[in-house]
Amino acid sequence: MLDLLSGFVQELRNAGLPVSLTENLDAMEAVRHIPLEDRDAFKYALGATMVKNSAHWRSFETVFEVYFSMRGPEYKIGEGTEDELEQMWREMQEQLEQQQGEGKGSSGGMDSLTPEEIAQMLMKALMNGDQGLMRALAKQSVQRFAGMEPGRPVGGTYYLYRTLRNLDLDNMLQKLMEASRQEVGGELTALEERLEKDEYESRIDQFKKEIEAEIRRRLVADRGAEAMAKTLRKPLPEDVEFMHASRDEMQALKKSLYPLTRKLAARLARKRRHGRKGPLDFRNTVRHSLSYGGTPAEPKFKQPRPSKPELMVVADISGSVAAFARFTLMLVYAIQGQFSKVRSFVFIDGIDEVTEFFKGTDDISEAIHRVNTEADVVWVDGHSDYGHAFEVFWDKYGKDVGPKTTVLFLGDARNNYHASQAWVIKEVRAKARRVYWLNPEPKSYWNTGDSIVGEYATHTDGAYECRNLRQLEAFVEKLA
Amino acid sequence: MEHRFSSVQQVRDSLKHVNYLADDGIAGVAFLADRLAKPILVEGPAGTGKTQLAKSVAEMLGARLIRLQCYEGLDESKALYEWNYKKQLLRIQADRNSDSWSEVHDDIFSREFLLTRPLLEAISAPDPVVLLIDEVDRVEVETEALLLEILSEYQVSIPELGTITATQIPMVFLTSNNTRELSEALKRRCLYLHVDYPSLEREKEIVLAKVPDITENLADQVARIVRSIRQLDLKKAPSVSETLDWARTMMLLNIDSIDAQTAKETLHVLLKYQSDIAKAAKELSVGLT
Repeated sequence: MLDLLSGFVQELRNAGLPVSLTENLDAMEAVRHIPLEDRDAFKYALGATMVKNSAHWRSFETVFEVYFSMRGPEYKIGEGTEDELEQMWREMQEQLEQQQGEGKGSSGGMDSLTPEEIAQMLMKALMNGDQGLMRALAKQSVQRFAGMEPGRPVGGTYYLYRTLRNLDLDNMLQKLMEASRQEVGGELTALEERLEKDEYESRIDQFKKEIEAEIRRRLVADRGAEAMAKTLRKPLPEDVEFMHASRDEMQALKKSLYPLTRKLAARLARKRRHGRKGPLDFRNTVRHSLSYGGTPAEPKFKQPRPSKPELMVVADISGSVAAFARFTLMLVYAIQGQFSKVRSFVFIDGIDEVTEFFKGTDDISEAIHRVNTEADVVWVDGHSDYGHAFEVFWDKYGKDVGPKTTVLFLGDARNNYHASQAWVIKEVRAKARRVYWLNPEPKSYWNTGDSIVGEYATHTDGAYECRNLRQLEAFVEKLA
Repeated sequence: MEHRFSSVQQVRDSLKHVNYLADDGIAGVAFLADRLAKPILVEGPAGTGKTQLAKSVAEMLGARLIRLQCYEGLDESKALYEWNYKKQLLRIQADRNSDSWSEVHDDIFSREFLLTRPLLEAISAPDPVVLLIDEVDRVEVETEALLLEILSEYQVSIPELGTITATQIPMVFLTSNNTRELSEALKRRCLYLHVDYPSLEREKEIVLAKVPDITENLADQVARIVRSIRQLDLKKAPSVSETLDWARTMMLLNIDSIDAQTAKETLHVLLKYQSDIAKAAKELSVGLT
């Protein structure tokens, strides 16, 4: 047990979760009180002692599932046995046969079903929210559609994709909606329709999770937990790279952005308040000396008021780095109280000011949406042209850059071999307080291919790699 | 040491008995906290029953609930203990001539002159208590250090008096709304429990348990609409307590089945921002997109 747990802790640390020695000891103590057969209780016991941040729970879960799914029989914790599922399956099948009025007799279990029949079963399961059947179907469809071969070095996502493509769940949602409409007989009201849809969507989501779990189980069985832990490891939300985030990861990122900005804003405000005392306030001291008969017994100091920087954000929003620009804009606007003024510009090969979109609305995501749809950023062909965009920026807005302004350039500086016009950055730096460049690409890719970030970076006060939320947060904190 | 609970299931059942519907995680962590004698740090969005959990556990154990509400500027004399200066002064004045200095000195720093504040009270109480440290994220990072000794050793050191150790180890709950990252030192000493919005079934059960005379059908509708609203991108998603308020509103209005119109008219019970209300109203009436 000791080895098992320390291996698990090692795995958690590899996945980036901070687990301290005391927490490790707590976990060992905790599992002594929990019946090992109860898988959920076991998981919660480990989670409560070792994971102290809700954002890390997902990563923890993945590691847990992989690590404990195939440990020797004494640790193999019950998951509903095969027989049970088979039996449930038979019952369902009999029901179906009765309904269809077909006397097929006893068929050879699941394997003999046609894909159409599976789809039908699935629809039924989803409609009734039948958990057991859904699990059985997930098993069956993975076995049938994923086409898993032992020892084949492909990741789980590939199998997941293959399975889901065959099941066509989007279409299934439509069908389910049809069916429930018929059930009521006629049209549903808008509200009912929405509720039904949400219900089915959550069931389908659950089904997808079952499939994922099944694929994982099979992969682990094939290749062993250690090998799989590496490939299946899910990065923490703050470590997800902007440029390679999947849709789900984007959602998770978005979710974790809000609490993060709140924390950041609180931290910055506190920093501002708790600054050291300023210089002597002569007037105030003299005023207070009156109560001591003119002796300045109680010196008064000025509250320091660190000036808030003015911020100009110039962001590339072409396809490759759009997500990064979006997150940076969201973050900057979420803490705009920390700046005296924020102006934002977006470009691809043309440049446009988008400050207006953020004004008068407190819904940042709505504003971002407008930036993506309404901003006029295409000049010729809609391929990044930093040189032209910067030139126009200098012509139109260069005069607004002042000694209080901090200018942020965001982008990967992949310029499609256009002229760089790096002199703009140089001019801007001469006028501005600070100029920074943020690049969402890993540093090792900089200045390879058509990336000319180096050319721009020489004229800035610093070029930073900003691949994930953690790095972005650190930078913004430094900035304010 | 005597254990309070015999199994996770028992925790769950007894919590249900006092009208708190716990899921596996909540019951499991409460059980562990008892066994390991460790405090529980409960985190999650506002209005998901974090404080209620502590109250319910107290009720279920028949223990007294001692509550420390945290705020910015909380200090030792409000959280731990304070010397009763007036009484000390009186004592000195009362018999000025009789005692020698050392006697008075020893005397005025005795327990008689100590005012206990919630934390000290919790560990020195002879009867069973549950200590709730509410919204611990509101105090400054430096003040957190006040809590560390009591959380790990269940003792309070008073320079003039020595160390007061707990006569019995109380159940301790800390709640946090996650407005800032708590220090590692604090987290390390606690078990961690994240309480999120409940699942559809659990929310329905909560509504059924907490709102008297509500029909199953209406509770189901309420829970489902709330779930749909929570999926929208809102400033503040409706909390469980707001769900309950909404269900009660429906009962007061004598509505037994919610349609889009009623939902829209009563949305302000669920949502507290105008922009959120507008958004939800729009989404509810549009339906499928």
